[in-house]
Amino acid sequence: MSDRTVAELSRSLAQGEISSVELTRDYLDRIAQHNSLYNAYITVTEDLALAQAAQADAARAKGDAGPLTGIPIAHKDIFCMKDVLTTCGSKMLANFVAPYDATVVAKLNAAGAVTLGKTNMDEFAMGSSNENSFFGAARNPWDTDRVPGGSSGGSATAVAADLCAIATGTDTGGSIRQPAAFCGLTGFKPSYGRISRWGMIAYASSLDQAGPISKSAEDAALMMNVMAGPDHRDSTSVDMPAPDFTANLNDSLQGLRIGVVRQHLAEGLDANVESALQDAIKVFESLGASIKEIDLPNSHLSVSAYYVIAPAEASANLSRYDGVRFGYRCENPANLEDMYKRSRSEGFGNEVKRRILVGTYALSAGYYDAYYIKAQQIRRLIKQDYIDAFKEVDVIIGPTTPNTAFKIGEKNDDPVTMYLEDIYTVSINLAGLPAISIPAGSSKSADGKSLPIGIQLVGSDFAEAKVLNIAHQFQQHTDWHQQRPEG
Amino acid sequence: MALEQSDVEKIAQLARLDVDANEAQEVTKRISSILELIDQMQDVDTKNIAPLAHPFDAIQRLRPDEVTETDQREYLQSIAPATQDGLYLVPKVIE
Amino acid sequence: MVWETVIGLEVHVQLATKSKLFSGSSITFGAAPNTQANIFDLAMPGTLPVMNEAALRMAVKFGLAIDAQIGRKSVFDRKNYFYPDLPKGYQVSQLDFPTVGKGELEITLEDGSTKVIGITRAHIEEDAGKSLHEDFQGLTGIDLNRAGTPLLEIVSEPELANAKEAVAYLKKLHSIIRYLGISDGNMAQGSMRCDANVSVRKKGATELGMRTEIKNINSFRFVEKAILHEAQRQIDIIEDGGRIVQETRLYDADKDETRSMRSKEVANDYRYFPEPDLLPIVIDEAYIESVRAELPELPNAKRERFVSQYELSEYDAGVIASSRQMADFFEEVVTICKDAKLSSNWVTVDLQAVLNKQDLEIEDSPISAARLGGLIARIKDKTISSKIAKTVFEAMLESEQSADEIIESQGLKQVTDSGAIEKLVDEVIANNPEQVEQYRSGKEKVFAFFIGQAMKASRGKANPEQLNTLLKQKLKA
Repeated sequence: MSDRTVAELSRSLAQGEISSVELTRDYLDRIAQHNSLYNAYITVTEDLALAQAAQADAARAKGDAGPLTGIPIAHKDIFCMKDVLTTCGSKMLANFVAPYDATVVAKLNAAGAVTLGKTNMDEFAMGSSNENSFFGAARNPWDTDRVPGGSSGGSATAVAADLCAIATGTDTGGSIRQPAAFCGLTGFKPSYGRISRWGMIAYASSLDQAGPISKSAEDAALMMNVMAGPDHRDSTSVDMPAPDFTANLNDSLQGLRIGVVRQHLAEGLDANVESALQDAIKVFESLGASIKEIDLPNSHLSVSAYYVIAPAEASANLSRYDGVRFGYRCENPANLEDMYKRSRSEGFGNEVKRRILVGTYALSAGYYDAYYIKAQQIRRLIKQDYIDAFKEVDVIIGPTTPNTAFKIGEKNDDPVTMYLEDIYTVSINLAGLPAISIPAGSSKSADGKSLPIGIQLVGSDFAEAKVLNIAHQFQQHTDWHQQRPEG
Repeated sequence: MALEQSDVEKIAQLARLDVDANEAQEVTKRISSILELIDQMQDVDTKNIAPLAHPFDAIQRLRPDEVTETDQREYLQSIAPATQDGLYLVPKVIE
Repeated sequence: MVWETVIGLEVHVQLATKSKLFSGSSITFGAAPNTQANIFDLAMPGTLPVMNEAALRMAVKFGLAIDAQIGRKSVFDRKNYFYPDLPKGYQVSQLDFPTVGKGELEITLEDGSTKVIGITRAHIEEDAGKSLHEDFQGLTGIDLNRAGTPLLEIVSEPELANAKEAVAYLKKLHSIIRYLGISDGNMAQGSMRCDANVSVRKKGATELGMRTEIKNINSFRFVEKAILHEAQRQIDIIEDGGRIVQETRLYDADKDETRSMRSKEVANDYRYFPEPDLLPIVIDEAYIESVRAELPELPNAKRERFVSQYELSEYDAGVIASSRQMADFFEEVVTICKDAKLSSNWVTVDLQAVLNKQDLEIEDSPISAARLGGLIARIKDKTISSKIAKTVFEAMLESEQSADEIIESQGLKQVTDSGAIEKLVDEVIANNPEQVEQYRSGKEKVFAFFIGQAMKASRGKANPEQLNTLLKQKLKA
């Protein structure tokens, strides 16, 4: 079990080399041993996992097994799981036992996956380092002094430290792709609406999208086959059947047109990241792809627009946390106003409060047009840039992050520095496009630690299969995705 | 757009958040720096550009008018901070 | 100084769907608290709204009934404010792109004239829950059964000139929504609620005065009283040299006064923005036509048809056509008895009196249209007189029997046998020689006495026309 991708585990289970119960016990042992270091899990669902594993083995014995049957997975703690603590990384929900299953959870349960637990995250998915978790930061397995990225930091940590085979994440502005890049993993954000948001606790409704964090593009495709598809409970989910995302993995890249964003190269990228990107481009050229420089003239505005739209939506989405029906309520409220204010002020962390305030401001009388409407106009410009670009190329390649993983505490002083982490990822959420981050290099830190570098491939609307195909072909010809942290 | 501490107090009230006097200055400073980042948008002329609220300009699917839910009051109130006789309790609402 | 009042009404109508606007919870009235509040209605984290098609269809139906522009693209917005009966912390409503745009409603005034009132818009939104303030040791109890119930908010132009017009408008609206079957319009249960914007100005002035909003008036009578009271209050203030403050006021029916709702005066900023969980609704021509095909005949059209087809008076036709249930009842009666004028009288006078007395709607009438039609048929074919018919009608209220069964069992059939009537007449003449003498000497008033005596003798069953003729003949002799 040296590498333990889902594809490999699935074959081992199918061939009877190991049972799901054995595999699950092995993972539970690893979690028991290592989670105190990595802080990847908020909740470990041991009993549930063993019961699901036994069920999976029984199903397999009856010849009723799919690719994910018996595979131990983890869910970002943003997905509601019936009768399981679902905290969203917040004190506000530190006591919230969800009364229902998210569609993603229900689908993975139905596919026979084994849930090991719920992973750590930035509170309400707001953050790029996992440091905004009420339960403390998860730690990057490549260097535990560094952040794993965020907001799906616990999921990335769990996969990178092999505390699960694959994990779910969510991506509102880069929250799957950035931690995948920091942890040497494959992180896939599908097109907006491809995966149901029912039961996925909302941060910014028009941007939020679930996806897998995995050890390979092939695993991501296997996971997508279960997670994707329309849902009558989410009227924003895309109303078209999900294709078989594994069907095109082995398509040739001969004749593929890859776009490189001129603006990205001009901005003085970190030298290590840039050289990883150039190396990746060479690999694609060797596989028969052609490279073309393209323009995304408004991409520099994406962070600004994002930090209006996401907080604005969040400011309303988080109004339901009022201490009335569930979640945290302050002690001995003096009156109704006091209950609202103290429950919310004590229950939310600083970054969440900041974004609520920014969003409230952007929507308030006198500022709505200058902020909210303006940002939605910029959003259209950004979307149009991509539409124009995809007339010339099939996929766009670029960096996922400006740098490799930073140290815990390094960027805590100024939220804006942290926000700029998202510079290469947020425009894709604004445009609703599918994108993947794959490992494509590494650099040595000053203290000699090897740190992964991720590059990003962006596809046009609903071109998930194409993006996965390109990423898989890259992984067939490189071994960055097979590199694992020591320990 | 410059942000005053009084602006922060006003939006905090709208959002039902307490910003106590010790933090107010710090919060104002940080939010001001976020607004500075955001204000880069203001340099772009967006006249006649239609706002985009949803990435695909998609339209809504509706559901048939059917009752699909059953009474789960007891279960759902088991996670509530305070209930009595099936009602959620809150401090007195003054009309 | 002569003052005039300017009124605009905002009417919230609860749509008669089976389930809520955005969830599959039931909206049955009177259920135990929070038994119809499920995970979405409670705003549990991660839940999402999915719009009820029937609510859209009902809104479009209303729009077509008032000749309104139907919004080809309607957009839901979030209206943000904190209140314990508002679980999400925002109400989903329609701000800039309502489903129903400008339309109009013709109302009939007391003098029989009509006036067209503009309707600004009608938008779909969700209702809030209820706060209960009693019995919880100083705490408030929250019931979210009503939260998420679909409402249509119908906003009129400020074109109503007095309280009576406001009532006429409200009654017409009530009639239309019930015709369309989009709401039961029950004001006591809150399925129709009215807020009134009231201002006064000097007669002939063109600018509107400062207005106040009177909230949640829950009966037709209170609408009239609340507006009258509020207009007078404003006039008194201005005449005393004061100024009207724009504010929300609550009508207190017990004290017959309005008072300021200070709690609502805290300046609010609702921060409306497009609801990202709900995409725009796009309505095409085919959808509109499919709704139009379901439209029933509406009150005005029905009234005109009743005048031309049944030769009813405008007034009677209007009364009957004001309620779809009454109109249907009336037409069923006519089909059976073939006499529209009699049917109209019996439905609007006799039956209506019973309904009023027993506080019943016509659909709960103790006498069905079939039975009433059967009764009138017997008047028309002269089996019984109109007078006897009243007796039969009274008996019908007490039993399930048909008119024929009652006439038969009580022997009420009219006597038309001329031999029998002649015998009666002869007896009366023979028994009252004094009166005969008076009549013959020119005191023709006595004639009524003979009719009375003869009727009495026949226990009311003698055919009055025959009796009349025979009596005249015999008395002349």
